[in-house]
Amino acid sequence: MSVGLLLLIVIAVAALGYGLGRRRALASVQGDLRRLHSLPGYYGQSVFILTAAPALLVMLAWLLIQPLVIENHVISTIAPGSIADGSSTSLVLSDVRRMAGGLDALVARSSLSEGDIAALDANSTDVRGRLAEVGVALASDVDPAVFETAKAYRLILRTALLIMTTVVVAVTLAGLFFSLSRIRPDYRARNVSERAVIALLIASSFVAVMTTVGIVCSLVFETWHFFRLYSPEGFFFSTVWNPQFRGGSDLGIWPLVWGTLYVSFIALLVSVPIGLLAAIYLAEYASKTVRAVVKPAIEILAGIPTIVYGLFALITVGPFLRDYFAAPLGIGSSSSSVMTAGLVMGIMLIPFVSSLSDDIINAVPQSMRDGSFGLGATQSETVKQVILPAALPGIVGAILLAASRAIGETMIVVLGAGAAAKLSLNPFEAMTTITVKIVSQLTGDTEFGSPETLVAFALGLTLFVFTLALNVVALYVVRKYREQYE
Amino acid sequence: MTFATPRQVFSLFEADVRTRNRNAAERRFRLYGVIAITISMLALALLLFTVLDNGLGAFRQTFIEIKVPLDPARLDPSGTRDVEAMKKVTTIGYGKVIQAGLVATLAEAGIATDDSSVRDVFNLISKEAPAQLRNRVLANPDLIGTTIDFRAFASGRVDGYFKGRVSMASAELDSNISPAQLAIADEMKAKGLMGLHFNWDFILGPDASELRPEAAGLGVAIIGSAYMMLIVLVLSLPLGVAASIYLEEFAPTNRWTDLIEVNIANLAAVPSIVFGILGLAIFINFAGLPQSAPIVGGLVLTLMTLPTIIISTRASLKSVPPSIRDAALGVGASKMQTIFHHVLPLAMPGILTGTIIGLAQALGETAPLLLIGMVAFVRDFPASPPEGFFDPASALPVQVYNFTQRADPAFVERASGAIIVLLVFLLVMNAVAIILRRRFERRW
Repeated sequence: MSVGLLLLIVIAVAALGYGLGRRRALASVQGDLRRLHSLPGYYGQSVFILTAAPALLVMLAWLLIQPLVIENHVISTIAPGSIADGSSTSLVLSDVRRMAGGLDALVARSSLSEGDIAALDANSTDVRGRLAEVGVALASDVDPAVFETAKAYRLILRTALLIMTTVVVAVTLAGLFFSLSRIRPDYRARNVSERAVIALLIASSFVAVMTTVGIVCSLVFETWHFFRLYSPEGFFFSTVWNPQFRGGSDLGIWPLVWGTLYVSFIALLVSVPIGLLAAIYLAEYASKTVRAVVKPAIEILAGIPTIVYGLFALITVGPFLRDYFAAPLGIGSSSSSVMTAGLVMGIMLIPFVSSLSDDIINAVPQSMRDGSFGLGATQSETVKQVILPAALPGIVGAILLAASRAIGETMIVVLGAGAAAKLSLNPFEAMTTITVKIVSQLTGDTEFGSPETLVAFALGLTLFVFTLALNVVALYVVRKYREQYE
Repeated sequence: MTFATPRQVFSLFEADVRTRNRNAAERRFRLYGVIAITISMLALALLLFTVLDNGLGAFRQTFIEIKVPLDPARLDPSGTRDVEAMKKVTTIGYGKVIQAGLVATLAEAGIATDDSSVRDVFNLISKEAPAQLRNRVLANPDLIGTTIDFRAFASGRVDGYFKGRVSMASAELDSNISPAQLAIADEMKAKGLMGLHFNWDFILGPDASELRPEAAGLGVAIIGSAYMMLIVLVLSLPLGVAASIYLEEFAPTNRWTDLIEVNIANLAAVPSIVFGILGLAIFINFAGLPQSAPIVGGLVLTLMTLPTIIISTRASLKSVPPSIRDAALGVGASKMQTIFHHVLPLAMPGILTGTIIGLAQALGETAPLLLIGMVAFVRDFPASPPEGFFDPASALPVQVYNFTQRADPAFVERASGAIIVLLVFLLVMNAVAIILRRRFERRW
């Protein structure tokens, strides 16, 4: 019996419970609804909840704890001698797991019966060949002791599943009878059902918190791993980035930080003036018709996926800058450059800056404009000397948010900035960023335990801390500013 | 304004220097605004133009029409029409059949070929063609012995020649194509044996290897993206709505809910690649889910979309006026009944609009998918759900990235074409969102 089927059974029993509970509630008052505390449906719901929820919780807990317990047991049975040189307990364990899966597949294809499996012996039969038939490829020949462990592991799993099924079904039925027995006319069924719904709602809002916890834990944990293999001084104080597959890499973060900041700086240099001026024009000058056309058009820019901007950088902007600026001036020969990525990222950020600034400028009270006009100021003087100073904190917040976007942006720099880690001032040279290196270190065929791969997590943590700090400051500034005029 | 010049004369008809300067400054400022808007509009136009200009070609492909006699002796040596036995004939065998058919077709059309040019002409056909013919025959063994009209892909270079990417001059330097071959191609086109047709395989077919750009398609990527969107929709809509209802309607104002709120606002601004790292560390390394599977991509995108959905759902819950709640509470509904029977249905159009926009964002997301292994080259279509959620698949934006990483310039066209498909999907989703908003959203 599989876990999915068990789940279906629990839900089916609970659904049955809904009908029974509703019926029982109606029967308890001979169909006279007025004497019930809640509507009959709530009695059904209360039965459903009390039947399904405990059973599902037991199942969940079981599925979480079972692997830990069983694997501990299996590890204790693996003889230290059967762990080959260069291997580790976890590798042997994963072999055991895959062998057990392969045996299951053999049984499923009915080429073997349970008895045959028990009789299989790694010394006499070609276990590796048999397992390869069902798509389980093992690296080396099978150690008989490990194979015996795999067989035992499989049996334990089967027993555990059987026990779990029994326990879950028992809990389901117990819940069903218990909740049915509680149904009386004055039973507060609606309160039970509503409390359960509230619990569900709280659990859902918890997902967002769990995501953050997950992000922080995975980053911190793997970064800690990284720093056990690679010295923190080498990471934080070195200006050389030169990963090698055979070890002995230099993994200094500074060239990457420099590339990231340089690209982001150019992007802000493009997007902030354009976005801000566009927002001012739309908010203060544009007629209704212009606004109705331009505003959605700018928002289209915001809806375009970043991979499209990346391709734009790669096939249009990059070659254009190289052929008309960098090559004639003799300052660069590569189509991917800081300038390419920065320009395109700037275009991407225009709508971001403009829509945020637009909101902020619109939030400046009309009375301030009227006061300024009343004193004889022109429109541009009003904008420059009254509205912008009043909106400044909000605009700074918007720029910080845009900066955090720029720092975390990936696809544009992957396709537009290049892959060479360099500390250079020339914007027409290819440089690389933190995000590019995260992608390249984690998408290659590298071994997961090596510092060259794990460095991606340290880079990720750096990126997360950077952007988080910017966001927190920006959100604080924006919120503070909003309160000022509300 | 100075008081030292008491005799200065002001005229209403003639502006003084200072006024003129101020007015000029005003006009300049206005102009800056117009320039800024023009630049952004031009950027948008250029972006769309580049994509359309490069990508529309991908939908039309050069095909070669050949009459192929399916020789039973070669394709079914056992003579039993048994599919298992016929599978022993490899694509090389089918290549020979195609070559024979090609020679006959050319002779019929009156294009002269000698022994050396037959090889040349055969190379005009995509390397994918024998496999296609093989699949067609294996799917329908009765075809053997008949002569079928076979429409084969022309090779990438020939296709590029008809689309202007390859010229006689560049063919001179190219080891994959020669001017003589292109001359034959021209002749075949004149005789109607070769031509551009709409290429369904680009949209429906699987990806092809680096050397066969003409056969590369988006089918697997579209299915992968569709699976992921399904997972995102099924998970993030209920979760997001439930979380928003709690935060908006039930949560007491205390430290704890404040923490959740700040947390959601920050999650919305976390770089997408960090979610990819999360997916890699938690879903793949810790939970042991398979790499490049839509289920992992779907989960990661769900977590990314959740803040978007929560923010928009809360806004639409907030916009339902308190009078509705008061009326429901007044006739004796419980708080839960008020929300689920009255507030939520009224907020639904806004929630759905926000969800669709969140989905559209998720559809275009690339970076996190790169980290969870969706870059892998996948040719096999995933099975139908739910098993298919665990099969390797690609995703549309990742497929674009994949195309850009390949050397053959024909893949630039493919990448842009894939973007057009992606943008069409986004356009449809956003249009649906706008229609929903227009038709159902109420202003109170």
